This record gives sequence, structure tokens and C-alpha cells, in this order.
Amino acid sequence: MNSYFFTQPFFKKNGKAIAIYFLVAIIFWFVFLVIIPQLYMLDLSFRTNVPPLERGGPKDFYTFEHYQHFVFGSKTAQDAFNFVDLGVFGRTILVSIFVTLANLAFCYPIAFYIAKIANPSTARLLIVSLIIPFWINELLRSFALRILFANEGVINNVLTGIGIIDQGILFITYDIGLYTGLIYAYILLMMFPLYNAIESLDVNQIEAAKDLGSSTFRTHWRVVIPHAKPGIVSGCTMVFMLTVGALATPVVLSSPNTLWFPQLIYQWFNMNDNWSRGSAYSIILLIISVIFVLTMMRIFKVRIGEIIK
Amino acid sequence: MSADVELSNVSVTFGSFFAAKNVSVKIEGGEFFSFLGPSGCGKTTLLRAISGFQDPSEGKVLIDNKDMSGIGPNKRPTALIFQNLALFPLMTVSENIAFSLEVRGVSKTDRQKRADELLELIALEGQGEKKVHQLSGGQKQRVAIARALAVEPKVLLLDEPLSALDLKLRQRMRTELREIQKRVNITFIYITHDQGEALTMSDRIAVMNEGELEQVGPCDEVYNNPRTPFVATFVGENNPIYGRIKSIDGKTVEIDTPDGIFRSTIKDNTNLNINDDAIAFVRPESLFLPRSDDNFNNSLPVIIDSFEFEGNIKNFYAHLKSGTKIKFSVPNAIDTSHIKNGSSINLGFDSQKSIILPKAPLAID
Repeated sequence: MNSYFFTQPFFKKNGKAIAIYFLVAIIFWFVFLVIIPQLYMLDLSFRTNVPPLERGGPKDFYTFEHYQHFVFGSKTAQDAFNFVDLGVFGRTILVSIFVTLANLAFCYPIAFYIAKIANPSTARLLIVSLIIPFWINELLRSFALRILFANEGVINNVLTGIGIIDQGILFITYDIGLYTGLIYAYILLMMFPLYNAIESLDVNQIEAAKDLGSSTFRTHWRVVIPHAKPGIVSGCTMVFMLTVGALATPVVLSSPNTLWFPQLIYQWFNMNDNWSRGSAYSIILLIISVIFVLTMMRIFKVRIGEIIK
Repeated sequence: MSADVELSNVSVTFGSFFAAKNVSVKIEGGEFFSFLGPSGCGKTTLLRAISGFQDPSEGKVLIDNKDMSGIGPNKRPTALIFQNLALFPLMTVSENIAFSLEVRGVSKTDRQKRADELLELIALEGQGEKKVHQLSGGQKQRVAIARALAVEPKVLLLDEPLSALDLKLRQRMRTELREIQKRVNITFIYITHDQGEALTMSDRIAVMNEGELEQVGPCDEVYNNPRTPFVATFVGENNPIYGRIKSIDGKTVEIDTPDGIFRSTIKDNTNLNINDDAIAFVRPESLFLPRSDDNFNNSLPVIIDSFEFEGNIKNFYAHLKSGTKIKFSVPNAIDTSHIKNGSSINLGFDSQKSIILPKAPLAID
């Protein structure tokens, strides 16, 4: 048995030591850092919220109350919906979809330019200038945007200073700062899958389409985009998942009267000390993210293997 | 419907590099015309200038006497077949073929009808629903041709489309291309570095070297009467023998070489005088083994180095006393068992089958 195990191609290809390291590292990562915490949260989300000392006691039992609270705002009553939490949730999903699409629209032309039009040195310069801002921490970047978008911020001061507008625009109040921050926060995760996908397209395909009489728009629609589909799906799913789960950017940039769903989760965990409810809300967010990914894959008819590639 | 294509003093420069230099040539409507040259000689650049992907730095491209400058590839009456074919892998064969109609807004039923017609032309009836990767190399080739022909271009441009195929298929596709050209009766402009391909298919060929046209003419003329040492050695094989002009008598020239004096032929408009450095060229198939009844006016004493069996012919590699390498070929039907490595023999050749040109660089393969 033992010798059979070590004669597998995986071991032959990598050598025993490296193969064992791969296996141990991957199993550790997957089991201890992904599966066990998620299962623990799943379990917690179906239990009553009791202090640690009372765990396993008579007050600790399985219940749907946290999920019920999300929908109805009460442990028992079902006569009114929990419009506050459902509203935050729905808004978070819709804005995230918008942010994802805006990101795609913004990145596609740039990715195409870098991959197929720019000469190599320009392309390198563009890639570097995309990456360098991300050497700065996400929170700091959000604060920087806040400084730009504040009512007395840089943009308003410049615009009023040169007389284009009389009064400052309420970028933060209308969440313009938030949307901008969210679009910018995960732009690289859209850019690189798109770039990789477009880069692998044979230039002759584009020229052939053109030679056959195709307009620029049509060439993109029929040749470039179908080829880049796995990159589009990959970028969209990553940007959506990270946006829907963003915390730092909304904390810094959202207007005082709007909440982002992860802020709600954060409140349950940290401020209200209700880990069970926080877990339930997290699980709901996770399910929505998974549904989004599966829907994207269904719509674009791509398989998981193509996305990872 | 075919169209004339005229290149008028076309130059294409990339920085200080001339990819094409002052090229002027007129290609007649309905002609099968080939640009032949080694890789990097600028032939693809010329093709891109005709198709509209590359603007000439100087000069003009005229199609049907109409200046094409400022007209994009999607607006020209040309269709290009790429070296790697560039079929769309995510579309079916029919969608590929009808793509040019689709982008022109032709209805789906009309598109299908035209695709079916073209599938019949290329002998792939009923295979329209296949994906491109399900086809063989030769079938892909034919689909690429059908796709290019779908909008009935006046000029078809082909950029070494056969280079990826194996030998047998390549030979068959040569005949097929020629037949398709006759059937659709449009101008074909073909790019290749393979002289066999150019000679078998073309009405006329243009030999290119370092961005310039060396010679334009019908295939047999270019082969039999090369105008430069480059053409003499690039188109087919040739044995160069270096020497000096000793005498000129009408068309017959005597050349003095370290291996003796040989008689060769000078063509009209070749400018050579007594004592000029020159090269006499004689092709491997024009060198003959000695026979009692021959009356060649040249005798070439060679020492055999090696031998190569090619099937229908046998190739012998030999050298002259001075070290000049000589290749000659003998039909397989002739018995050569008496020729061994190291044997000395006198090869015969007729002065009319040799051509003399002023000394200049050869094509180095």
C-alpha cells in the first residue's frame, strides 16, 4: 500500500519530499483554514447566542432564530419583514453588481489596449502604474479617496476655486465616493484575468475579422469577447465576491446613513457580541456569492477549469 | 470579377529599416501572381500593404486603378488568407465561412445558402456544423479559402498558407488552389519562400531580396534566364563557377576560371566586358555524365565526394580541382554503379544551358 502510494505520477514528477510538502500544505490550508472555520460558523449560526461558559448547557440548542431575524427582524413574530437588514442586503448586492459591471466596462478597453495595441515598453509602464498604487494599504487608499471626495475636500475645493461650481458636491452623502472607492479597490482583480485572456488571442484573428469587413465593435463582440469570456467571468466573480464582502472601503467612504452588509456582520460579531447571528449573516452572504458565481458560469457557459486557467 | 493590382514605387520603412524598397509592379486581373523570397525579404510587408494593414511610407497601392490610401482593410476588395489561417475557433465551419456576410447584415437564411454553396466548392458538403478543431489540416485550409471567397473579393491574398501542411498535402493543395483560382477567376497574390510552390502554381513570379524586386516574369523565364546571381541561386539550384570574362562572341562567352576555360551564354541586356569578374551558372540537371556520342562544348573535371538517393533522381556532390563545389543529378534510370566516392570524371554541359552574370552576392539558404 505504502509503495503503491509513492509510485503515483504525482510523486514521480515532483520527488517524494516536495510531493509530501505539497500535500501537507494544501491539506492544512484547505482543512484548517477553509473547511473547519466555515463549518464552525455554519454550526454557530444555527445555535442560540450564549456566553462561552454556558456552551453545551440547557440554553445552548439548535434554532433558526438568527435566519428568522434576518428576514422578519424578530425571533418569533413573522408579521413584518426586517426591512432594515433586507434593505442593506439587497442594496449591497445591487451595488456590487453595478460595481462589477462598471469595473468590467472600465477595465476591458485598458486591458485590450495593453494586451494588443500598446508596444511592449508602454504596456510595461501601464501595468506598473496600475500596480504601484496597490502597494499602499486598502484602508489608506480609502482615506486618500475620502480626502479627495470630502465636502471640503480636494475636488470640491478645486472646482469651487476655479469657479466651475458655487457649492461643493456632496460626494460622500450620495455615496459617489463609496462607488468610486469600491470600483478602484479591486480593479487589478478585473484587469489581470482580462489582460491574460485577451493577450492569448492571436492578433491574426482580429485582423482576419477586420479583413472580412467587420467593424471594430463587431470584431470585439464576435471575436475578442468570446475568446476573453473565461477572463471576464473570472474577473467578475472575484470583483463581485470581494466587493460584496468589502469592509474597510465602506467604513471609510460610505455616507453616514447607509450601511454595507459586511458592516452589519461586523456589528453583530464585535459590537453586539452575537457571534451566532454574525455567523448566520455571513453564511447568507456566502450563499449569495456562490449563487452569483454559478449564475455567471451558467450565463457565459464556462466551466470552472477555464476560469482558474 | 477580378481586379488589377498595381504597386507604384511602394516603400515601407520601420525606423531606418526598409522592409520594402521602391517596389513597382503591375499584377493583371485574374492572374496567379507570386512573391517569392527568403524570410525577411519584405514579401509579407507588401501583402499587408495591399490588404491595407500596413500603410506604405511612400508610393501607392492601386486596385482597379483606384488609389487605396486611407482605405482600411475592411473596405478593400481584397481578402487575406493568413499563414496560420486565423479561423475563428469558437465558431462553426459555416459561421466562419459566412462571417463576412454576417458583418454586412446578410440574413441568416441567405448566409446559410452561401455557406452551403462554398462548402460544395471546397468539397466539404454537410460539414458546416463542425467546429474548426474537428477538421484536418487540409480541410481547415479549404475553409479558410471559402471564408475569404464568401464576399466575392476581387483579389485574394495568400500569405504562405500551405507552410504548415505536410508534403503530400501541400502538393495536392497546390493543384487545388490553382483549380479554385480558375473556377472563381479572380486575382490571386501568393506569398511564399518555397520556389517549388511558386513555380508550380503561378502565372508570373516576382523574386524579392532585402525589400527589393530582383526579377519579375513568367516562371520558366525566371528559372531559365535569371537576371541576377541571387535569382539564379534562389530559384532552383545552381552551380556557380567564378572567373573572368576571356572573350565575347555574340551570345557565347568564354570564362577563364582556375579550373579551366568554359563556354557559357550571355543574355541580352547583361552588361559584361572582357576581364570583368563574372559567375557562370549551370544547373545540376544540365550536367551530364560522359557518353561516347555526346558533343557538349564544355567538359568539367570533377572528383566525387558523396551521393544521395532521392527516388526519381540521384544527386552527386563533387568538387573541382580548385575546391569549387559542384552538384549534379542523374535520373534514376541511368546506371551509376561505376561512380564511387573519390572517382574522377568529366561532366559535360552545353554552353546554351549555362548562363553568365556579373559577380554579385548569391542567395544563401
